[in-house]
Amino acid sequence: MAKKFICEQCGQTFEAASKPDKCPICGADASKIKEVKSKGVNTNSNVYTVLYASVMVIIVAFLLAFVASALKETQDANVANDTKGQILSALGYDKDAIDVAAVFAEKVQDNLLENRELKPYEGKFNTSYGALIKNGELHVFTSTTADGTPAYVIPVVGRGLWGGLWGYIALSAMVPGEVLGTYFYHESETAGLGARIGEKWFQDQFIGKPVFDEDGEIALTVVKAGSAQKETEVDGVTGATLTSNGVAAMIKDGLTIYDDVFSIGTGETTEEMMTVVSTMVNGEIVSSDTTIVTNGCEEECESVNVEQ
Amino acid sequence: MSKLFSDENKAAFTSPLNLNNPIAVQVLGICSALAVTSQLKPAIVMGLSVTVITAFSNVIISLLRKTIPNRIRIIVQLVVVAALVTIVSQLLKAYVYDVSVQLSVYVGLIITNCILMGRLEAFAMQNGPWASFLDGIGNGLAMPGFWW
Repeated sequence: MAKKFICEQCGQTFEAASKPDKCPICGADASKIKEVKSKGVNTNSNVYTVLYASVMVIIVAFLLAFVASALKETQDANVANDTKGQILSALGYDKDAIDVAAVFAEKVQDNLLENRELKPYEGKFNTSYGALIKNGELHVFTSTTADGTPAYVIPVVGRGLWGGLWGYIALSAMVPGEVLGTYFYHESETAGLGARIGEKWFQDQFIGKPVFDEDGEIALTVVKAGSAQKETEVDGVTGATLTSNGVAAMIKDGLTIYDDVFSIGTGETTEEMMTVVSTMVNGEIVSSDTTIVTNGCEEECESVNVEQ
Repeated sequence: MSKLFSDENKAAFTSPLNLNNPIAVQVLGICSALAVTSQLKPAIVMGLSVTVITAFSNVIISLLRKTIPNRIRIIVQLVVVAALVTIVSQLLKAYVYDVSVQLSVYVGLIITNCILMGRLEAFAMQNGPWASFLDGIGNGLAMPGFWW
């Protein structure tokens, strides 16, 4: 292949197989003749392509790692704030209208539930409770609802149709098993269908519902839209049966794992507590909203429920 | 100055807003346009994100255009766009968290937005950085421009 040369004396370029003794145009001697390196690499060669790709990937990787670590703190703060807002939302606050961080710091105490006792939790605020619950680290938030009723808020986690579900259930600290409010959200449920579990109308249905049925079993559940009849049943979302079932399972699992929450500070197991509750019910010392109608009757009650 | 805003550069900016609107006329990038424009705030954030990403990816690709190996040019374009999208999505998460929750996956889907790939391949690979920047701004604004 012919190489390209330039003569520094006359400025002319010419091609030759090898470096000539003198310039063929002006006759200058060899010291004036320089080889011209071909300008620009061959951008289509394999080596160039591979090198280009590797260098590009490394640069991009460093850039992204830098951005991610630089913004991590702000993002974590946002997520923590959002989680606090969700907990307050379960307590009946409008999280968009209040200063979430301030209200949370003032009203809510993070506790660990151990042997039916609450121990104040002093560690870093957690934003995800799935793994903690699995490890037996049960967090319970003590607070009061927006209208002043003392409440325990428990985090629940589950699976919907496409991805994870999570939520917070506020339970009355006065009446064992009365739900004071809920908050549910999802990772990736279908917009307009399953995603509607994140809407207020769905969550508000749970307010005032009892967790337990007449037999003291955990019965709070989500049923097909429009078919809720018993006190412990809540309408699901039309067209999102699997998501609704996911919420039902999440609630049941959560309440089962957290069943000690119903007997905090009593030293009794939940089962023992429930006997007390059901005697109370039978003796008609039923508290305000929780109208579990059992007067020792079986068939009558069912018919009453059906009529409702 | 006159060179910066020559007729050609002006055309690069205005034609996508009007006669060459990528959404209304070329029918590109309508997935994200339809997905998030039911509410004003996410629509504006989405429009700005697309504009910024189109403009900067156009500039970067235009600067690199002479060095990009022809055989992997689409991959190079994708990497540049993906990196920018990731950065924008991280920024949204850090500074407008509630909007980023609303936009959810659609920010990530900007990567596959046809407007971007279309402009990179058709314009930035052949034109200088400044013209490409204007073209990117114009095409990005075409999304809100379409509704307006």
